[in-house]
Amino acid sequence: MNNLAEYTQQIPFIIIAAVTLGTALMVVTTKNLVHSVLWLIASLFGVAVIFALLQAGFLAVVQVVIYIGAIAILLIFAVMLTRKIAQESGPRFNENWLWAGVVALLVLVALIWTLTSWSGISSQALPLSERTDLIQALGIVLVSPNGYVLPFELASVLLLAALIGSVVVALERN
Amino acid sequence: MIPLSWYLIFAAALFSIGMFGVLARKNAIAILMGIELMLNAVNVNLVAFWRYQTVPMVSLKAMMAGQVFAVIVFAVAAAEVAVGLALFISIYRRRNTVAADEIDLLKW
Repeated sequence: MNNLAEYTQQIPFIIIAAVTLGTALMVVTTKNLVHSVLWLIASLFGVAVIFALLQAGFLAVVQVVIYIGAIAILLIFAVMLTRKIAQESGPRFNENWLWAGVVALLVLVALIWTLTSWSGISSQALPLSERTDLIQALGIVLVSPNGYVLPFELASVLLLAALIGSVVVALERN
Repeated sequence: MIPLSWYLIFAAALFSIGMFGVLARKNAIAILMGIELMLNAVNVNLVAFWRYQTVPMVSLKAMMAGQVFAVIVFAVAAAEVAVGLALFISIYRRRNTVAADEIDLLKW
């Protein structure tokens, strides 16, 4: 019975992780950039499900709204605006792609090796207390003076700067 | 219960795929997509460590630190992609290309 409860949690994770990694591979290997963005949307959605599995519901919703709703649409716009090049039949990789693959694999092996030799790897998730509302707690710490109000305000200044900066950079001057 | 290591290995694999995209793709917008994948891998790591933290939660501030960190990463990712795409559109207008190896104005 205990085993069954474990499998019902683990099997969805394995499926979602496999789908996310597969779509991520399609993102970096597909030739057509519009298709690449669509694969990216699928991959980001998989990450949102992972957040939901980790009981970070607010982040899962934010992932869908910001990444899929805003960033992916922005990427599609950019691909459309530079379409002539995106559809061009040139090579999708630069001449160093083999080295890039070797470096990426080495990073993966090094990360996994470091992880397996770390003692905290087998730590178990503590059950979250039933009485704390996590979304309410996140809202309180984001705006309370003895919480994270300063990074929160800094993030809004950063977003304003990015907004003005991107308008200035992309502005067409005659 | 899903072990912490599964999340971490998943995040490491996602990071490596994104890194391959950044290093190997020719199109600058495809490079930005690789960066998005890498940022997502980092966020998965942050949230996994938040969920599996073993120190006792003394305050709300300590309890939500990992999620707040992830929220800040979201904001930075949004700012990064907005400025990056504006740069590429501007470059496309002037040079008529978004291939990363043809954008060599600063090359010595």
